[in-house]
Amino acid sequence: MTDATLDTGGERRASHGSLTAQDERTKRRNRAEARFKAYGIAAISAGLFFLCVLLVSIITNGLTAFQQTFIEVEVFLDPEVLDKNGNRDPDDLRKVSTFGYNPLINQAVFDKINSFDLDSPIEDPKQMRNLVSASAAATLRDSVLEDPELIGQTLTYQLLASSRVDGYLKGRVSRESIAEDKNITVEDLDLVDQMVEAGIIAKSFNWSFITGADASESRPEQAGIGVSMLGSLFMMFVVLALSLPIGVAASIYLEEFAPQNRFTDFIEVNISNLAAVPSIVFGILGLAVFIQFMHLPQSAPLVGGLVLTLMTLPTIIISTRASLKAVPPSIRDAALGVGASKMQSVFHHVLPLAMPGILTGTIIGLAQALGETAPLLLIGMVGYIATNYPEGVASGFMDPNSAIPAQIYQWATRADPAFYERAWGGIIILLVFLMTMNIIAILLRRRFERRW
Amino acid sequence: MYDTPELDRTVTRNELKFACKNVQVFYGDTHAIKDVDVELEDKTVTAFIGPSGCGKSTFLRCLNRMNDTIDICRVEGDILLDDVDIYDKRVDPVQLRAKVGMVFQKPNPFPKSIYDNVAYGPRIHGLAKNKAELDDVVERALRRGAIWDEVKDRLDAPGTGLSGGQQQRLCIARAVATEPEVLLMDEPCSALDPIATAQVEELIDELRANFSVVIVTHSMQQAARVSQKTAFFHLGNLVEFGETGQIFTNPTDERTESYITGRIG
Repeated sequence: MTDATLDTGGERRASHGSLTAQDERTKRRNRAEARFKAYGIAAISAGLFFLCVLLVSIITNGLTAFQQTFIEVEVFLDPEVLDKNGNRDPDDLRKVSTFGYNPLINQAVFDKINSFDLDSPIEDPKQMRNLVSASAAATLRDSVLEDPELIGQTLTYQLLASSRVDGYLKGRVSRESIAEDKNITVEDLDLVDQMVEAGIIAKSFNWSFITGADASESRPEQAGIGVSMLGSLFMMFVVLALSLPIGVAASIYLEEFAPQNRFTDFIEVNISNLAAVPSIVFGILGLAVFIQFMHLPQSAPLVGGLVLTLMTLPTIIISTRASLKAVPPSIRDAALGVGASKMQSVFHHVLPLAMPGILTGTIIGLAQALGETAPLLLIGMVGYIATNYPEGVASGFMDPNSAIPAQIYQWATRADPAFYERAWGGIIILLVFLMTMNIIAILLRRRFERRW
Repeated sequence: MYDTPELDRTVTRNELKFACKNVQVFYGDTHAIKDVDVELEDKTVTAFIGPSGCGKSTFLRCLNRMNDTIDICRVEGDILLDDVDIYDKRVDPVQLRAKVGMVFQKPNPFPKSIYDNVAYGPRIHGLAKNKAELDDVVERALRRGAIWDEVKDRLDAPGTGLSGGQQQRLCIARAVATEPEVLLMDEPCSALDPIATAQVEELIDELRANFSVVIVTHSMQQAARVSQKTAFFHLGNLVEFGETGQIFTNPTDERTESYITGRIG
């Protein structure tokens, strides 16, 4: 076939030396390879090291937020104080504020201590307020308003201990650190030691941290992340409902239908650029467009969701286009070849094959949006909601609310170190959410992945 | 010089399917097909041969407007299918492709079951009114694709799990399921081993009874074995078109002779 004859080189034959001894060149090459491997291993080790540091510090700092100190006391719900008229009328009961309940609680704790025959240096029941959370009265009042028949009975309550007592049991507060603290005294701590031994004060799992609402600066022991979880959930609904259809439709159009010209190139470049725009820019865009121009309510999950949708769209579009591109063109040819229209070939064949990639991209985009803080600060998604269900809990897309990362940010900026612990705890919850979403992404990928 | 099996070489004048006049194809500035005039008959196998890059596949893809999917491709001239210009504005390429089926170089079954692969075309064209009718259509197509006996017990198995040759016959079955009038085959055997190739060639010869088949091939033996008419393309030109026997034994053009004897290509 071919006219070329091979030049065999005749006598000229390079000497290659022994196969068992490496020559200088080979040694250099092997050294370079070993060096490169070492760089890689070093890089990965550094990454793993910091991952471990991150996890360990988050867990050691945050796990305590899931434990809370409670005081178990029997409170006599004195009708003389709570219902002077004696008619159990809810409106009358409502007039008694939490201040009315405080003496009952202080007396109950005082009596409890005396009944255990502890060596208490404290003579005045009023001093008990150092031990009990300011929220305890509210707990009592809520239970009375819910069931007025409780008045007159003596009931056992698990009341929240004050944040100083809680901190003392968790090691955050010590006798030295309270020198300047007006909220607790050394005598109080001595008493707490005895109460722990007597079993009156104990730590237990803190469900209200997961389900509860935020609390004011003065009572960190009551603060929970539940309401902002709800806010994040509402936002994720909005993001999913908007960004998935819009993103997938845009990518299908750009990838399968749009003509290749300067205009589509321009759009393509800009979508890639949008993915790199700092999130705070989206926040100020949301502020300008959704709140100032469209007059949507501030702090509402709807607005938060819209802003995060804008932020997530480029991620979803890029990943969807990549997975559409990865579908072999022979499948499109096959569909067109049997007389399917362009749209049929896309929706019957290309899209199902691209589905795992699209879902993974969407979930990763959602996870990114879930952890976003900066744009939420700008649109006021840091609503302070301190009342538990059913009153006051953000009930929908238009009511003010907060979000998990915004709540964590709020706690981190507060003065009381007890909030610091809760910020770490919030991060654990956020990470659990993110990990769950990533696991779902992996499972979906496995489930839908098909070979061709 | 070739062992041509004793096929039916007596060419009776069949009804004309495709009439192409002055076809020009451009890819951007590249003139890929120059002035091609060719007439393809019904119930005939026509082979397109020629060296790589000579435009035979491009021309084949013009016949069912698969080139429409390439943005920079431009087709000029007339391609008439049953006296209708298929590049007329009123012609819907989707309807055209239902009439002119295509089998590709690489077997490309959908990643679905064997049944769904074959049933897809009839479904989207509404060729079957109910499940039983669809079953019939699928069985007939698979029988025509000479693969029924191998897959009848596992119609739910994925089409991608078959061997290469079976996949290609499945693709042929899928193409004939929509009852096309013309079947275009773009190097259908290039990814197959000799045994599978023989099966597909046998199949092509059977398909001739019902369809007009156009096959692009790199193998001159294959062209000689399966076709009644042969067109030789070179550098975008249709050099010679005629009865297969005549092209291979007594070519009129020098280039054809050089090619079939292996001197160019």
